[in-house]
Amino acid sequence: MSFIDIDNVKFTYTSEDDNGNVEKNEVLHGLSLSIDKGEFVAVLGHNGSGKSTLAKLLNAINLPDSGKVTVAGMDTADEDRLFDIRSNVGMVFQNPDNQIVATVVEEDVAFALENVGVEPTEIRRRVDEALKTVGMYDYREHSPSKLSGGQKQRVAIAGVLAMKPDCIVLDEPTAMLDPIGRREIMSTITELNKTGVTIVLITHYMDEAARAKRVVVMDNGDIIMDDCPKRVFSQVEKLKSLGLDVPQVTELTHELIKCGIDLPEDIIYEDECYEALYELIRNA
Amino acid sequence: MIKDITIGQYFPGKSVLHRLDPRIKLLLTVLYIVMLFSASGFVGLGIGIVFLVFAFAISGIPIKMMVKGVKPILPVIIFTGILNLFFISTGNVIFSLGFIKITDDGLSTMIFMAVRIVFLICGTSLLTYTTSPIALTDAIERVLSPLRVFHFPAHEIAMMMTIALRFIPTLIEETDKIMSAQKARGADFESGSIINRAKALIPVLIPLFVSAFRRAEELALAMECRCYRGGEGRTRMKQLKTTYLDYIALAVTVLFLVLIILANIFIPI
Repeated sequence: MSFIDIDNVKFTYTSEDDNGNVEKNEVLHGLSLSIDKGEFVAVLGHNGSGKSTLAKLLNAINLPDSGKVTVAGMDTADEDRLFDIRSNVGMVFQNPDNQIVATVVEEDVAFALENVGVEPTEIRRRVDEALKTVGMYDYREHSPSKLSGGQKQRVAIAGVLAMKPDCIVLDEPTAMLDPIGRREIMSTITELNKTGVTIVLITHYMDEAARAKRVVVMDNGDIIMDDCPKRVFSQVEKLKSLGLDVPQVTELTHELIKCGIDLPEDIIYEDECYEALYELIRNA
Repeated sequence: MIKDITIGQYFPGKSVLHRLDPRIKLLLTVLYIVMLFSASGFVGLGIGIVFLVFAFAISGIPIKMMVKGVKPILPVIIFTGILNLFFISTGNVIFSLGFIKITDDGLSTMIFMAVRIVFLICGTSLLTYTTSPIALTDAIERVLSPLRVFHFPAHEIAMMMTIALRFIPTLIEETDKIMSAQKARGADFESGSIINRAKALIPVLIPLFVSAFRRAEELALAMECRCYRGGEGRTRMKQLKTTYLDYIALAVTVLFLVLIILANIFIPI
């Protein structure tokens, strides 16, 4: 059995307008996905494709209407295990401003640990450890409002890390950051994955998805591609038809191939592209 | 404009005052207020001032900050000063014009009250300058927690204060942004009568409220994800501990209070 098992899950948002008309919107129609421990999965899809709904299934914020989600052997519908699940699957959201609770960095990192009633000395130790992991230890006594976006997001990640989760779900963590902040977060995430933490990264940026080990593409609540980044991104036309992009270098080589230039189809990283072009020019 | 507000701002530091237990600091501040209000003469008030100057000196907070904190309440001080000056008719008349009489009693009460208010503000802002908001809310939570027996929501109040404090800078920034955006669309906040200016703020307040509610929703979700379930079974990373420093501070404060009471009895000027 995998670490995370999503089995034939249906999920419907129900909303009521001012006239009392109930509107039902089925977002997921029988979705299945399993993620193993230590994986780095990127989830792609345009707005409304059900990515965030999927993310919220993983830590029991959303409960499936039918089907079953199990995390580390725990059914997310089991209310007695709710806090075990949430400490096991940490979640980082898009806007760092709206997920930091405390007015001091270290207090915020301690927030979740305080909630589950960990001993004070143990909290201290884990907070320091988490802050060091994300490289924010020197800022532990600062006010979050004085930090940059990337730093705030790292604090948010530290807050999740302090719980020692097996899995971290990041819902577009870089969407509100500048390129520097984005780079900081991506290198933090890749480092964490190397230490064995399972990463589920929901993103709009293709070059971020290219750094994952597995890419899941969603459209209208269904998974339509699920493969390693190279194989997913080499299907340029299919991705385009879904309203998604491919990494810039993939697009470049794709266009060049269309013009009859002999290049490999599966280029997704910049240095790869550089190497291939260099070879091409040298041989010409 | 909005960024000038300093009340409630914390200046990180390592001074003795910073290191005191926030619960003790709350108590000291209450005692200081008692000091100011029990002083019946200038000598007593002077002793209170000496106490505050002493506290400021060891806190390492720049005097500039103290002045900045008093500035916003200057109109209140002037207003009460004028009331005292004109409405106290006991004592010797120094100056009179028609029905307006200014007496030496009025003058001294005015000065006395003004000094008292100024130092009241300085003293209480010293508390917030040297105590991080989180320590302060922590202290308030703990001081109030015995009231939980009567179903008093001590933890919830402290949590609300923390979140409010956390979002003040965020919302100020947002207000600035919205104001700039509305200005770019031709909104005018600076001219016209007071009523027109208040009306001009509506297009700022509505987006601000909408965004505040959206933030609240996201924050609630994030807190839920981080296992928040109210005050039940919650521990704290920072344990409050009283040390010998706290007892010394308390002793010094009580000493000053006694001095003031003695001054009231023996030198009642």
